[in-house]
Amino acid sequence: MTQAPEQEAPPVPEGHVRLTIDGRTVDAPKGEILIRTCERLGIVVPRFCDHPLLEPAGACRQCLVEVEMGGRPMPKPQASCTMTVADGMVVKTQVTSAVADKAQQGVMELLLINHPLDCPICDKGGECPLQNQAMSSGRAESRFHEHKRTFEKPLPISDEVLLDRERCVLCQRCTRFSDQIAGDPFIELLERGAHQQIGTEETAWGAGEEFQSYFSGNTIQICPVGALTSASYRFRSRPFDLVSTPGQCEHCASGCSTRRDWRRGGVTRVLAGEEPTVNEEWLCDKGRFAFRYPASPQRVLQPMVREDGVLTPVPWVDALERAATLLAGARDGRGEPRTGEDGEELAPKRGVGVLPGGRLTVEDAYAYAKFARLALHTNDVDQRARAHSDEELDFLAGHVAGVAPSHVSYAHLEAARTVLCVAFDPEEESPIVFLRLRKAARHGTRVVHVGSWTTPAVVKTGGHLLAAVPGEEPAALADLPDDLAAALAAPGAVVLVGERAAEVPGLLTAVSELGARTGARIAWVPRRAGERGGVDAGALPTLLPGARRVDDADAREAVAAVWGVPSLPAAPGRDLTAMLTAARDGELAGLVLGGVELADLPDPDLARAALAEADVVISLEQVLSEVTEHADVVLPVAPAVNRSGTYRNWEGRDRPFATTIDPGQGGSGRVGGTAAVTLPDCRVLDSLAVEMDVDLFTQTPQAAAAELAELGTVAVTPSTPATRPSSPDVSDGTRLTSDDSSGPPLTGRVRLATWRQLIDGGALLAEETDLPGTARPPRLRVAAGTAERLGLVAGEPARLGDTLDLVVELADLPADVVWAPSHVPVPGGVVTLAGLGLGHGDLVDVAAPVAAAVAPVVAHGEPQ
Amino acid sequence: MGMFDGIAGFGVTFSTMFKKVVTEEYPLVKKVTAPRYHGRHQLNRHPDGLEKCVGCELCAWACPADAIYVEGGDNTPEARFSPGERYGAIYQINYLRCIGCGLCIEACPTRSLTMTNEYELADDDRQDLIYTKDMLLAPLLPGMEQPPHPMRLGDDEQDYYVQGPEMAKRGLEQAGEHDLDTDNRAGANALPGAALVGKAPEDQR
Repeated sequence: MTQAPEQEAPPVPEGHVRLTIDGRTVDAPKGEILIRTCERLGIVVPRFCDHPLLEPAGACRQCLVEVEMGGRPMPKPQASCTMTVADGMVVKTQVTSAVADKAQQGVMELLLINHPLDCPICDKGGECPLQNQAMSSGRAESRFHEHKRTFEKPLPISDEVLLDRERCVLCQRCTRFSDQIAGDPFIELLERGAHQQIGTEETAWGAGEEFQSYFSGNTIQICPVGALTSASYRFRSRPFDLVSTPGQCEHCASGCSTRRDWRRGGVTRVLAGEEPTVNEEWLCDKGRFAFRYPASPQRVLQPMVREDGVLTPVPWVDALERAATLLAGARDGRGEPRTGEDGEELAPKRGVGVLPGGRLTVEDAYAYAKFARLALHTNDVDQRARAHSDEELDFLAGHVAGVAPSHVSYAHLEAARTVLCVAFDPEEESPIVFLRLRKAARHGTRVVHVGSWTTPAVVKTGGHLLAAVPGEEPAALADLPDDLAAALAAPGAVVLVGERAAEVPGLLTAVSELGARTGARIAWVPRRAGERGGVDAGALPTLLPGARRVDDADAREAVAAVWGVPSLPAAPGRDLTAMLTAARDGELAGLVLGGVELADLPDPDLARAALAEADVVISLEQVLSEVTEHADVVLPVAPAVNRSGTYRNWEGRDRPFATTIDPGQGGSGRVGGTAAVTLPDCRVLDSLAVEMDVDLFTQTPQAAAAELAELGTVAVTPSTPATRPSSPDVSDGTRLTSDDSSGPPLTGRVRLATWRQLIDGGALLAEETDLPGTARPPRLRVAAGTAERLGLVAGEPARLGDTLDLVVELADLPADVVWAPSHVPVPGGVVTLAGLGLGHGDLVDVAAPVAAAVAPVVAHGEPQ
Repeated sequence: MGMFDGIAGFGVTFSTMFKKVVTEEYPLVKKVTAPRYHGRHQLNRHPDGLEKCVGCELCAWACPADAIYVEGGDNTPEARFSPGERYGAIYQINYLRCIGCGLCIEACPTRSLTMTNEYELADDDRQDLIYTKDMLLAPLLPGMEQPPHPMRLGDDEQDYYVQGPEMAKRGLEQAGEHDLDTDNRAGANALPGAALVGKAPEDQR
């Protein structure tokens, strides 16, 4: 054989070192950990403690390799997960070195000394790194014949996570996760030597603070043995008989990839999917554990029509025909002529409003938007089932609609020197944004929160709070400290604004002005998964699909051309509150509702009155709700697991997902013993439109997505002042009236700050029994001085408004300000502050409850 | 043509007349199978009646015909079906699929699943050939108690496994030898733990 001529080795690239692993020469960036370099070469070194997103620990010693530096072999095998590469290093892994192989076998024997042989009943069995690596790098025989260490098992760390200390190999992945990633120190290493174990404050001292973390489920997923297991998945199945399907989390606008593991028509567990640009490998507990709602006994599986006041299941054809007839009549005002109070004859009710709700996929939101314009001839469509304002519509049109992730993304957050959070508590409203902010803060980013108190999220992202009295956030933004304003003017600075900014008149305008003044990039982070996509799909009264404005004739023409209709309605539509008011006052004849919870609305009583008064109510729902109680026709729609589609997350990034469980495939779609074939909203709306002689062409999510792509997006340059909204008129704001803001507060009257907590009894948590146990208990927070003035005692209940009793907790709020969660879970439902007529920035009465004349609604510390 | 030609045709007939008859008189007379015949499965019990099955699904995993469906469940202090934390909440064997290979009983880590000699597994209804847990569980013998009930023979599951052979022997003595053969339906392995007597867990290590 001819020898190839010896080639000159190429020079080592800048910032790299050259080393030899198992006889192969490789260039690695300086500072890279040896085990990663091995991975890149395809050499699998066994490991337990090493995790790419956690700092190296060198705890398990399983990854021992032989290392030679500068021609001298190191005296003992080295842990490759803590050693960085160096120039001229010669590494021999277990593949080529008998010494390394023997060392690894010895470590495995040691790790297995106390590990019980209960693989048959362990949830990790079948997907266990310890099981696998004991086979690949362990010996069949152990020299250990003494008794194994035993512990009481399982130890509940929280309602969701169970700890089995016998199985633990002390790799410290979980403790490092809780310390480095989540920032909730809930488990720690206790004791020393052979007694070393993972435990909680409770196991160490017998008592301790109750632990809450929104991210505890991640420790289950990264545990390399079966020491941490999920209470809800416990003993439910084996990994090898589950079908794993990639999915998208439907719970918030973070846009996490998930992996849904399912069996026999039901999801048994949800795991975090690997998506480096979005959720890395993490998932919040809501996304991980709230998946049982499709199996609710309240699920609607068949179309229903109201006959003699009772909802009666009917075939699809009849339900669609009935709904179409009712809607066409309502649209054209063919109802009974009305009689006014004075006996004069009024025009019949006319028109139909569309309230799709904020949980839709992009395709569904597009179908609703198109349905409103083509079938109902109106722009009365508003997806915002929450506090909203006209100012917000302008903000969305100017700063959000059509904006791509290249404007602000997770990567921008990580790279930013300064991030300002306005009306946005990241941990409660978008947990994965919080994790990224925390990661950034740990690497030097200054995260400043404009808020009323130092929430856990503020503490865990560096503790920079810009205190503002609720309702006066715009003034705080207009008058930022000089150093912060200068920091925001530096390149890469980001302003994150939450959906509840709409509750404070003038705040979104102040944010726009701040952006224009400093050049900081603005991103809007809504709570619900569908809100961002709905903005782009045109499910708003002033926006058409693709960031086109309704009041722009050219835009209307362009959309009409694609839709194949001569023209589109030109008058901007009414927003949700205006539609409900019109329906209540007898001006609007009908309403089409998607997944809208009346309790979420800014005025639930108005909504109830409107639904009662409207002639026609069509509900597209997954479960029976307060809306279906009023509905004339209920059309069932499919939950996220039974359909495909695309969510668009807060960045504007499309997060497409395929069907997890196809109900059409034999019995696999069975829910509650019934073969349930439910359809996505866009398909239902398409069929309904066909009954009304209109073609939407949204039979499938794919068709809807294709048409939306064909429509495209008009060019949007969000930070250009020219496209910013003109300063909106905020004088119609109802919150701050003159008598509210002048003079010192009356005794007992204080200003209310409020927002929602992550786990607070939402509709998609309906069937969860374990999850509420890890929720943060609803508390009334107040500063010590204010508490003293009001006669409140920490730990004792206080009465907010007339009926709501909450336990008082002291926090660093401004004087005469209290904070309470917007939704308070109570046995059998939720109490919302909006339902009590209270909102952010309002003046409320707070007092220690005396013998009550009104039966109080007691919020339990631990919601049921 | 010879004179015996007419009779020669009956050669086979006449010679067979003097041989042993191979006709089975089934179902009037039941066939006695080999002692280790792979018949219908049985889920065995501990001597106090608790189930041996821990719902680990290894039988379902081992099954080449996908005939077994298992779902585990959590033993609680109020409702205990087996020693330890886990029990088989749902257990089904589909005898339309089962090929009687016996891999499942080899996979069983607790000797819960064994095979009896019962071979009459035919029916005219597909649904009836999916045997559920109540049909597969071994019958209760004297001294056994229908679960759920607390652990009677030890403080934890270790006691059941380590002292299992002794307990099974004691159970035999209490029950009396004649009880072994009373249950024809369950066949030769009628007594739960009978398979375990000869082979203590120590031998399996």
